[in-house]
Amino acid sequence: MSTTEAVVTTVAQAAANLPVEHVASSDPFIATFTIFILAIFVGYHVVWNVTPALHTPLMAVTNAVSGIIVVGALLQTVAIGGQTITPTSVLGAIAVFLASVNIFGGFAVTSRMLDMFRKKKK
Amino acid sequence: MTQYADWLYLVAAVLFIFTLKGLSSPTTSIAGNRYGMVGMALSILITLAVAPNANFALIAIAIIAGAAVGLYRARTVPMTQMPETVAMMHSLVGLAAVLIALAAVMHEGLHHTGVQRVELFVGCFIGGITFTASVVAWGKLSAKLGAKPLKGGWVKPMQIALALAMVGFGAHYFIAESLTSFFVMTGISLVLGYFLIAPIGGGDMPVVVSMLNSYSGWAAAGIGFTLNNPVLIIAGSLVGSSGAILSYIMCKAMNRSLTNVIFGGAMGGDDTAAGAGSGEQKRYTTGSSDDAAFLMGNADSVVIVPGYGLAVSRAQHALQEFAHALEAKGVNVRYAIHPVAGRMPGHMNVLLAEAEVPYDKVLEMEEINSDFSNTDVVLVIGANDVVNPAALKDKSSSIYGMPILEAHKARTVIVIKRSMSAGYAGLDNELFYLDKTMMVFGDAKKVVEDMLKAVAH
Repeated sequence: MSTTEAVVTTVAQAAANLPVEHVASSDPFIATFTIFILAIFVGYHVVWNVTPALHTPLMAVTNAVSGIIVVGALLQTVAIGGQTITPTSVLGAIAVFLASVNIFGGFAVTSRMLDMFRKKKK
Repeated sequence: MTQYADWLYLVAAVLFIFTLKGLSSPTTSIAGNRYGMVGMALSILITLAVAPNANFALIAIAIIAGAAVGLYRARTVPMTQMPETVAMMHSLVGLAAVLIALAAVMHEGLHHTGVQRVELFVGCFIGGITFTASVVAWGKLSAKLGAKPLKGGWVKPMQIALALAMVGFGAHYFIAESLTSFFVMTGISLVLGYFLIAPIGGGDMPVVVSMLNSYSGWAAAGIGFTLNNPVLIIAGSLVGSSGAILSYIMCKAMNRSLTNVIFGGAMGGDDTAAGAGSGEQKRYTTGSSDDAAFLMGNADSVVIVPGYGLAVSRAQHALQEFAHALEAKGVNVRYAIHPVAGRMPGHMNVLLAEAEVPYDKVLEMEEINSDFSNTDVVLVIGANDVVNPAALKDKSSSIYGMPILEAHKARTVIVIKRSMSAGYAGLDNELFYLDKTMMVFGDAKKVVEDMLKAVAH
């Protein structure tokens, strides 16, 4: 654990030491990268103690959550220069469709499984 | 609205953290799932509110069609097919990432900065690899493709060559902003995805599914970088690290390293030799389903060790009825689950839950192992390598060091199996030749149903 803590501290310090206006103006990459690294550690700590019985529902729900890529797809399904149907918007719409399958399917199948676990506790 | 968007995205990101947190414990899991739905709905609504020139008609059609397909599949999929369903869903995320990256690259009149170009090609190739790799995993899990690993000395150099070519074309896109290079790179990533998973055997699928779970998260995070969208980055990396942890847990349960699984190793390797190796015929005891039912009916305690064979023959419901019948006779019946039982992490728990086996009767390896020596009868159904004592004793065995369910410590062992054939690891199992072991040959469901009849009388 000590290495983990060390890394977290280092990352946190690095984030803290960045002058705010510098982040905002010239290098947004380091700000998003900081978010990325910290989110990995949050995920690690949150999931580490998951009970083995829930591995499959966890995987199904993460499937639904990775459907968040729909946000990226929505931002592509746009009219460009007045044109509603462009290669970009069509590819975007297909991606919206794929991500929606994941979102709706993922959450629904997770709740179906969790109901099975709950049912027999009665 | 726009000025609040980032704040609301932050709320959504926090909800996703609560989702994963909730799913780590049975009492909070249902709430966790709901947090996820709220977070997702919020993210979509914010995006629609701030997206410039969004084509709402096209979006509505795509979402409604996706919801219909997703909900239909979620309602109807049998729990035995969860692994391939999950693999299929990973592939959808991968493909979506590729399409989004292509859509962004082909966005007319939009210039991408250097950093954005790197983010685009990285996001795209992670998505491409995830897509085809998951399709191969889906094919293997649903038996549409052979479970046999692709073998040959050329596989590894091929993977490396493809990876180098992929990065090369990506770099050319970065420098020359050549669309063609971007397309070629995308194509190579698709081929690479195939060659990454094709060499991995069916027995390693729990690791592969977890690994692709992780990849699908990284693919989403990669796209988040491209679009500079924090909720995508956060949700993606949460999924990425969750999948990585599951891969690690699976590897540990199989006593293998991740590199060993990915780059091929012991289990996929020399299995033909190991099974039939020792020429001498070893003696084993066989019995009928009536004998097995009699033994268990008169026992004080029975521990059932289910394996994938149980799921294949769909015997879990019959098994639960049988357990009920035993309990009616005053027998203490419990289930012992190995972490890699089934085809994906936690698969067996879901199958038993579906058959309405009570939660407190299902024990994990660490909880049950010390109890085997006080157990009258262990019933092994469709499991093999996870109860092979060679993992504890035989240093020359390819599964040496893998934690197992110590079924051999029980007073009597009953094994239901189709035949004496070896398991995934291709190893003989000395448990089957012990004096206290009785082999019952046949289809798991048929045998369990016969035992149920015998006990009921």
